[in-house]
Amino acid sequence: MGNPNTGKSTLFNTLTGLNQKIGNFPGVTVDKKTGYSALPDGRTAEIIDLPGTYSLYPKSQDESIVFSILADKANQLRPDLVVVILDATNLKRNLLLYSQVADLKIPVIIALNMMDLAKKSGIDINVDLFAKKLGVPVVSIAARKGEGIDKLKEAISFANKFALQEASIDVEAIAPQLIAQISNEFTLDNPYYALQLAHQHETIKFISAEESARIEAIEKEFSFHSQKAQATETIARYNFINDLLYDTVKVPETAKDETVSNKIDKILTHRVFGLFIFLAVLLFMFQSIFAWSAYPMELIADGFVWVQNGLHQLLPPGPLTGLLVDGVIGGLSGVMVFIPQIAILFAFISILEDTGYMSRVTFMMDKLMRKVGLNGKSVVPLIGGFACAVPSIMSTRTIENWKDRMITIMVTPLVTCSARLPIYTLLIALVVPNRNVWWIFNMQGLALTGMYVFSLISAIIVAFAFKLVLKGRERGYFIMELPVYRTPRWRNVAYSMYDRSKAFVFQAGKVIIAISVILWVLASYGPGDRFEKIEQKYHQPQYTKRLSPDELQRAIGSEKLENSYAGVLGHAIEPVIKPLGFDWKIGIALITSFAAREVFVGTMATIYSVEGSAEKMESVQKKMGEAKNPETGQPVFSLAVAFSLMMFYAFAMQCASTVAVVYRETKNWRWPAIQFAYMTVLAYAASLLAYNLLK
Amino acid sequence: MTLSELMPGKMGIVKEFTDLEMSVKLMEMGCLPGEEITVARVAPLGDPIAVNVSGYQLSLRKFEASTIILQ
Repeated sequence: MGNPNTGKSTLFNTLTGLNQKIGNFPGVTVDKKTGYSALPDGRTAEIIDLPGTYSLYPKSQDESIVFSILADKANQLRPDLVVVILDATNLKRNLLLYSQVADLKIPVIIALNMMDLAKKSGIDINVDLFAKKLGVPVVSIAARKGEGIDKLKEAISFANKFALQEASIDVEAIAPQLIAQISNEFTLDNPYYALQLAHQHETIKFISAEESARIEAIEKEFSFHSQKAQATETIARYNFINDLLYDTVKVPETAKDETVSNKIDKILTHRVFGLFIFLAVLLFMFQSIFAWSAYPMELIADGFVWVQNGLHQLLPPGPLTGLLVDGVIGGLSGVMVFIPQIAILFAFISILEDTGYMSRVTFMMDKLMRKVGLNGKSVVPLIGGFACAVPSIMSTRTIENWKDRMITIMVTPLVTCSARLPIYTLLIALVVPNRNVWWIFNMQGLALTGMYVFSLISAIIVAFAFKLVLKGRERGYFIMELPVYRTPRWRNVAYSMYDRSKAFVFQAGKVIIAISVILWVLASYGPGDRFEKIEQKYHQPQYTKRLSPDELQRAIGSEKLENSYAGVLGHAIEPVIKPLGFDWKIGIALITSFAAREVFVGTMATIYSVEGSAEKMESVQKKMGEAKNPETGQPVFSLAVAFSLMMFYAFAMQCASTVAVVYRETKNWRWPAIQFAYMTVLAYAASLLAYNLLK
Repeated sequence: MTLSELMPGKMGIVKEFTDLEMSVKLMEMGCLPGEEITVARVAPLGDPIAVNVSGYQLSLRKFEASTIILQ
């Protein structure tokens, strides 16, 4: 464990290699990274990567588990030994956390990281004296270069089973009577543990409600004030730290030259250029996400088609084969094609975070975002939303403030994600003429850009509405470290790509497969004997003679779809969607694209009896353009209908993966339900408005 | 004067805090009474600000900086 930005993850990756797994800490949505490392004495150590924190008093959800893991004696994850990693270039602030952990009397050793950088800037640390004064083993390392790792492993294998470190401060002096009372009633032998219980009893999960109430009563009895006690403790700890550092560390007295980091900041956070550079970075990111993922996405999609075709030839035809090949594998391919985009998005995010640029973006955007109820840190997920809402919602965890985080999660799916792109391009091509206005602006391109800008504006308006409705649980803070700029660690970038893709496939994958199976069943079976009757009808000579076998198949498929459960559903919802200008065929597409928006094009293709799916965009477009309303004889896809549809897809929550990930991140079905409801209402209203204005 | 009134590039020494809750967080981050604090720069939109304190750089909103009284 250690402060953020101390190289904790780098050390963890170095110690464990690929031998790690990600799970959740029990009961909370905090990623738990564990891994195994072989020690020199032949034993294997299980290593847990605890969330980075500045102190044991938590500020965010991630930090809150740190104390529970360290203090709860019944917790299976309670470590036998804590390795506290300290940034040697910034020992003072780093030692605060160490001194708290040390006072909990858990066996501890110190890994003094970035010793190379400390030496470079002239910081002289007397490591032996430092270790002696604290009474703990201290190992100097440079995690990025892999220096000192063997010594650290050795220290881990020779570590004591008992805590032998010196006490840092006189904990009892902070609240003598209270600590004595709690220690007595709960038979505790550690005064600092007793004090922490007093501070954190309302939030920790390992004590019962009665115990918590009893602690509350003791606090009242001795008029204990949590924040005042924390202030006293922090000052005492820094006094201890200052004394320690005075004896053991020599920092050069000479006025420091302007650091490289400051020089970079002068440009990157410049009053004028700063925001432009940020926009340029964004533009590059989007371009890359679309450009670099196109080929691997195609490859994955083709691979699945190849497997599906192969299985269709291998397996005997029948309902079970259909379910497996078209339902399960088809659904799986819908999930898998997004892996390249997710991996690339997370590569960018982890590079931006690793270099320290992300905290500058947060720094620059905070004022703007705060006006609409968001937070500087909401910028990252909102931008990621242009690629895919799923990883973006996962990345909201860095937002400490509960309300800010919830609002960010609620509005991120409004941002135009890549799955909406094929729908927009198809519909725009149908109704917007491919002409230039003002010489250089293509009208179709303008319409598409308009949809993107519109999505950002709607996200901001909805965020503002949520700001007024939601009650904040805590005051918002923006006290944040701006780490020095560093070159990204490519290994961490690779790990992050791998981790996030894996989490996406396993978490969202389960739900999307389930839903695609259900949709497949609904689209392939019909009520009663309707399907048999269709088969019989088309086996009559008037059809078999007139139509080629291919045409016959398509006609059967088309009529079967109309009579399938999905078709029946489409007809059933027709009255509801008629005011929006949609017919039952569009209704089926709306239902099937609940699982994933991009299903729209495929469904349209099937309904208009066109072979293939997305590859045959041209012909889908042609068929849709030629489709006439049987009652009026007018084209089905008029300007009004097309824009009404686009409005619907802009707002509606038609993405099972997002629903699943919102549930995973909030651990409460209420949030995805609220999100689904408000987005559906907005979608309907926006469609209705668009249709009636353009009709 | 408070930290929010300090001009960029200027140094001050932390004296006390006007907000207990905020002070606990600030002190944990190394921003303690007696500590030298320098305003490094202001965000392009005028808020938040970045300060150098106890050997590293911290960003905080102007409102948060206004709770820090300087000597």
